[in-house]
Amino acid sequence: MQGPRQKLVVIGNGMAGARTIEEILERDRDRFEIVVFGDEPYGNYNRILLSNVLNGSHDAKAVFLNPLSWYAENDITLHAGVRVCAIDREARTVTGANGIVEPYDLLILATGSAPFVPPIPGTDKGGVFVFRTLDDCSRIADWAGGCHRAVVLGGGLLGLEAARGLMTHGAEVTVLEAAPHLMPQQLDAEAGAMLAKTMEGMGVQVVTDARTTEVLGNGHVEGVQLADGSTLDCELIVISCGIRANSELAHSCGLAVERGILVDDRMRTSDASIYAVGECAQHRGVVYGLVAPLYEQARVLADLLTHTNLNAEYTGSKSATKLKVMGVELASMGVTQPRDEHDEVISFAEPKRGIYKRLIIREGVLVGGILLGDTAKAQPLMHSFDRALPLPEERASLLFDMGTASSQMPMLEMPDDTQICNCNGVSKETIRKCVSSGKRNLKAVMEKTRAGTGCGSCKLLVRELVEWACEGQMDEDPSIHYYVPGVPLAKPELVEQILARGLKSVSSVFAAFAGGKDDPGSKPGLASLLKSLWHDQYEDERDSRFINDRVHANIQKDATFSVVPRMYGGITTPAELRRIADVADKYNVPMVKVTGGQRLDLLGVKKEDLPDMWRDLGMPSGHAYAKAFRTCKTCVGTEFCRYGVGDSTTLGIRIERRFQGIEFPHKVKTAVSGCPRNCAEATVKDIGVVAVEGGWEIYVGGAAGSRVRAADLLARVGTHDEAILLVGRFMQYYREHGKYLERAAGMIERLGIDHIRNVVVDDTQGIAARLDAAIQAAVDSYVDPWEEANEPVHPAQFRGQTIIPLDPIASAPGIPNEPNRRAPLVAAR
Amino acid sequence: MSVPAVLEASLFNVNERSDAVSATEICLGAIDQIPTGQGQAFSVGGETVAVFRQRNGKIFAVQNECPHRGGPLSEGLLGNGTVICPFHAWKVDVTTGECLTDPCRIRTYRVREVDGQLMLGLP
Repeated sequence: MQGPRQKLVVIGNGMAGARTIEEILERDRDRFEIVVFGDEPYGNYNRILLSNVLNGSHDAKAVFLNPLSWYAENDITLHAGVRVCAIDREARTVTGANGIVEPYDLLILATGSAPFVPPIPGTDKGGVFVFRTLDDCSRIADWAGGCHRAVVLGGGLLGLEAARGLMTHGAEVTVLEAAPHLMPQQLDAEAGAMLAKTMEGMGVQVVTDARTTEVLGNGHVEGVQLADGSTLDCELIVISCGIRANSELAHSCGLAVERGILVDDRMRTSDASIYAVGECAQHRGVVYGLVAPLYEQARVLADLLTHTNLNAEYTGSKSATKLKVMGVELASMGVTQPRDEHDEVISFAEPKRGIYKRLIIREGVLVGGILLGDTAKAQPLMHSFDRALPLPEERASLLFDMGTASSQMPMLEMPDDTQICNCNGVSKETIRKCVSSGKRNLKAVMEKTRAGTGCGSCKLLVRELVEWACEGQMDEDPSIHYYVPGVPLAKPELVEQILARGLKSVSSVFAAFAGGKDDPGSKPGLASLLKSLWHDQYEDERDSRFINDRVHANIQKDATFSVVPRMYGGITTPAELRRIADVADKYNVPMVKVTGGQRLDLLGVKKEDLPDMWRDLGMPSGHAYAKAFRTCKTCVGTEFCRYGVGDSTTLGIRIERRFQGIEFPHKVKTAVSGCPRNCAEATVKDIGVVAVEGGWEIYVGGAAGSRVRAADLLARVGTHDEAILLVGRFMQYYREHGKYLERAAGMIERLGIDHIRNVVVDDTQGIAARLDAAIQAAVDSYVDPWEEANEPVHPAQFRGQTIIPLDPIASAPGIPNEPNRRAPLVAAR
Repeated sequence: MSVPAVLEASLFNVNERSDAVSATEICLGAIDQIPTGQGQAFSVGGETVAVFRQRNGKIFAVQNECPHRGGPLSEGLLGNGTVICPFHAWKVDVTTGECLTDPCRIRTYRVREVDGQLMLGLP
């Protein structure tokens, strides 16, 4: 666009302010020179996730929407940690508390709100906190360490989120709500009581009709006093009694202010160059406190300021919301009580499962609804509510799926303006257009439109819509190339980065690429990769290992383990058999079984017995549990068999000794047969070797499990040494090119046996020497994991359950020594 | 038989703050007995509790039995507030007890660290 850029100053770096800037940049990157003042010293973060930061399940880093680097990348000047102290509307300048003066052409106020602290004596004592910022979270967490009991003042949405955040700090949490029930704005008495019951089941106490009159204590909090005269001991208080718009700055420079900064349908204040958006703004008498309306305002403002749509208007947001509170799904819209006896009330409750549904219908139209615990019908109900649609005669079908094929409207018939994602205000039309603009998979649509990225409850519907809009032809989702889901890189890039940055532990990879978010499902794959890259320099964090790899045995259905010692080539000796039999007797092993891998399995072994058993066996681990080399089965060749044309037993034992325990993307089973009759079934193995007249045939990519595949011939060689060399080279190729959890057969089908033969046998890429050296290095660094019997990596490595006796002295007198035994909770099906 | 005043006071003020271990909390021993980033099962008064020690230092406690087939959650992979059961990979949110694989909820317990010792809250 021509002409110099206009100067846009934004006061406030919270979710509304930052989203407005994002929307502006999306529409016109060059129109404005943008300067932002934020009084918190951080980039912009998702305040909704603060309870997760407080309860420890998210690292603070994980909640950032726009970290500081985003501002630099988008050429935005951010004065972080600088509060604005004055606006001069005549001179059109903004002055920061550090003396900085920024002139503006356009000014947006996004100053948000501050927690309302009720005028109760004692709220200035130590241990009393509000809950709005990241700093609040760390202050609360620091204080919570020494506390037995915490009180949350206010049982609205934010108060319950604060309670959820406090649950993990070891204190008993009590929520005090002044109204007769929790969440008075969204719930009625029955739903509020049900929610309170669910919370009590989680260990959070709820007291309603509780008005706090004083905070007690000498210097720091010791308790609260309620209006009925009772007191409650506590050492920590979180105040969440509502929010008040931060409108002092606007007021002091002469803008019209009531409960918030007054704006019209164009988000403009009483000054034509100044706009307001978010929690600080009051529009048509309403000041909003949930994120969806703020994002709507941001979109309208961006449309107007960038001239994308000069007719854009914000006409207010519906009060329909869908969210999760204390892990419970909730949808709420409109009124919570019938006005008079003419209002029709439809309700259903299943208290044992915490389910409550109630609709209020007035003159045939939905004017209020609460869905607690089961929000399957939320989307069609919210649609009916938003559009004031006529309702079906059979009211039950509003609450339940009455035997129809699908509870969702057929995609085709769904009106374009149906709101699919309420948190981000995304309609069917937006999704459809996003798909036609080229975003032809779920991930890309979610990224572009943000649908499904709020509370996440509409994700299924978004996915169905994307599939419908793509007419079944979806593009590849880039995340299918990720090596593990928790790290957004495909294997080649990930390997490159790991080597370049010297990342030797799983936690360092999460820190570098996932903001510290340690997705547990991604840990074993990363561990496998790092080990293969760094060998003995790998920093082995044991918590990244699956249980079988922590105790080197296979967990069974009753939490006992199976122990399979190595039996090279499937050949044993009487002494070895006696040792195994003696061990089976000594440890009362319930079952001794011959495995398909030509060795013996001791089943039903207790975790605590594992190290002693290994010592008594005196045999190395057979790796029957690992994504590693398993076995080399053999049939007897020239040693005994009259048909034998090659010494298959010697070769098989050499292969197993050499490659035992080498790690791969998945298990590797091998075999060597003494003649083409192939009694060792080598041609359905990952790697198989068959003796033929004058030499050995090497086969790769066989399978004989849930699928059966005949292996492909890789090469024919003359000697044992040549066979071992080529088998090793192919193994290294598989280590480098196989996807995690992909068997050799999968890799070969993916890359093609011809290509693999060219590279591995004919060395067309000149990497053969490197591959040979690499597999040798892996062989050299092999250590028998069962040696950990003598040197466990942690005292608890083989610990079963720790029994904690209940100490009779510690119980108060009169209290029984054992609490009532309770059965564990199980899934319904 | 009437309850003496002193006993009655104890019965109804069990949660009064004191330095002695109250009936609502029990010491499980040193936090270091749990390897970093892993869990450990404790059998306490007829219930088995899985106590988790995340890499970021936070501790959580839930019932040890997976709601699916009773697998030992204490042996599961842990991270980001979630544990994956080693039996069939069901996922549980250890901060709320909410099962992420099938809609249900398991029991959670209060747990905290005091001077390197784990204190578990009992109902």
